[in-house]
Amino acid sequence: MKCDYCDSKATVFLTQLAEGQMKKVCLCDSCAKERGVTDPTGFSLADMLVSNFQDPPSPVVSGKRRERSAGGAKVCPECGFTVEDFQKVRRFGCGKCYQVFNEELAPMLRGMHKGLSHIGKVPEGLMESHFRHKRLEELHAKLEQAIASESYEDAADIRDEIQTLDEVGK
Amino acid sequence: MMRFSTLIRHPADWMTGAQADQCAVVTSRIRLARNLRGHSFPGWAKKSERAETLEILRPAVEGLPPMKDAFSREFGDLSSVQKQVLVERHLISREHAARSEGSGAVIERRQSFSIMLNEEDHLRMQSIRPGLRLKEAYQALNALDSELEQKLEYAFDPTLGYLTTCPTNLGTGLRASSMLHLPGLVLSDQIGPVLQAVNKIGLAVRGLYGEGTESLGNLYQISNQSTLGESEETIINRLDRVIAQVASHEQNAREKLMEDDPSMVADKIGRAYGVLRNAHLIDSKEALNHLSLLRLGGNLGFFPAATVNLCDTLLMDIQQAHLQLHAGTKLSPESRDSIRAEIVRSRLQSLDSPDIDTKKNNQTDRFPEDGNPEDA
Ligand SMILES: [Zn+2]
Ligand SMILES: [Zn+2]
Repeated sequence: MKCDYCDSKATVFLTQLAEGQMKKVCLCDSCAKERGVTDPTGFSLADMLVSNFQDPPSPVVSGKRRERSAGGAKVCPECGFTVEDFQKVRRFGCGKCYQVFNEELAPMLRGMHKGLSHIGKVPEGLMESHFRHKRLEELHAKLEQAIASESYEDAADIRDEIQTLDEVGK
Repeated sequence: MMRFSTLIRHPADWMTGAQADQCAVVTSRIRLARNLRGHSFPGWAKKSERAETLEILRPAVEGLPPMKDAFSREFGDLSSVQKQVLVERHLISREHAARSEGSGAVIERRQSFSIMLNEEDHLRMQSIRPGLRLKEAYQALNALDSELEQKLEYAFDPTLGYLTTCPTNLGTGLRASSMLHLPGLVLSDQIGPVLQAVNKIGLAVRGLYGEGTESLGNLYQISNQSTLGESEETIINRLDRVIAQVASHEQNAREKLMEDDPSMVADKIGRAYGVLRNAHLIDSKEALNHLSLLRLGGNLGFFPAATVNLCDTLLMDIQQAHLQLHAGTKLSPESRDSIRAEIVRSRLQSLDSPDIDTKKNNQTDRFPEDGNPEDA
């Protein structure tokens, strides 16, 4: 049997379940070593599997910033990450990237997670603004509904509440 | 400053804390990923930026009350064998071990918390507990995280939650997992369907080595895949429930094996004992598989209950870097196998041969002390 990453003879076999199917990964000695699959340790090996085998083999983001042409492609203004970088490594350069590449990200998230927006812990200092943001999202949805059903009085009330919350946020 | 030798001289709390009622669940682990706002993620940051974030992260983490007198190092100050030992102890990830300056780790003295600095994310924090203790592990780590959040400004988005380098960790940044020892399900050929069922409800299952559904040492890990769109509590509760179910399937499988085919079980455990007690050259694959059966023997009452902890500790100590550290020099594969066999023989020296006749003939007292699946 051949190694999945090169043409040498495979000597290491790993099995994992993904999307209801058994996936077998076969590696030769040197590819196994390169990926750290040399000793059977519990958690660390599993971690390694998640990060290296769920995606196709990808170059590690190495901190090298390539020179890039200024024209065209989307670039994160804070860290210089480009859309090609994202497509290649499926990882981001900084927190701001999530806003910049939102369009590219959205379809990926759908297959990856149970939902598209965060439910759970919020840093204490951000709690207030977090809930204001959530409430605003709700209100905007309600406003659309109200307008669609031509309940203009409701719509006016909702608009008032949105305005008040927006003021607080400033 | 805590020395490396002091840290690893003692087994971790989780290695010696195996619970009699949780014989199938070896450990529970919680991991949280966090990043600093306004700083590039470690994999993309320039060297100088990484050094800068480490300067912010390290004092904040070292200042946490549980991290008083912790083991704390920048990776430039650790040898590759030392880092590998930390990997084998599940204290840092294998990828993290490949890093050097600009990355580091802070590890609590009893090894129940460890925090990786500038791993894939700025902070990867984890807590490990013996047995099925996910909720307890989360509570402890959550407290630590809340404390850190007073000092550090995390990258957080109202819609997307905690922002992580890889979108697979987005939202809660939570990965909860348990390592399970499932020899009963493997021996009775039920492992495939059970794992498929677990996978169907959106949890990840991984065997560690081997072909098909077989896994080296019969060790499997079950963890959550989705981190966005559900609360930490929901994620952990589901996982907890499923793992308890798998553990009770395992328990039933063991009981059924002892009823249907006690000679087969006794033979396997007896042979494993024979090999481990007498081998002079043993590779890690063979050692793991036999230790798995010895551990099963400990659970089933063939050996004293403490055998289980002995096996869990040995599992660490017979790995490459641990052996190299033990020998104090780089080892050829052959001398590795020889030292491994020597360590196993000496640890098992005072372990009497399995109590097979009583086990096979005494129907009423098959599972003393352990294995009450209702407790799971
Ligand atoms: Zn290869
Ligand atoms: Zn960016």
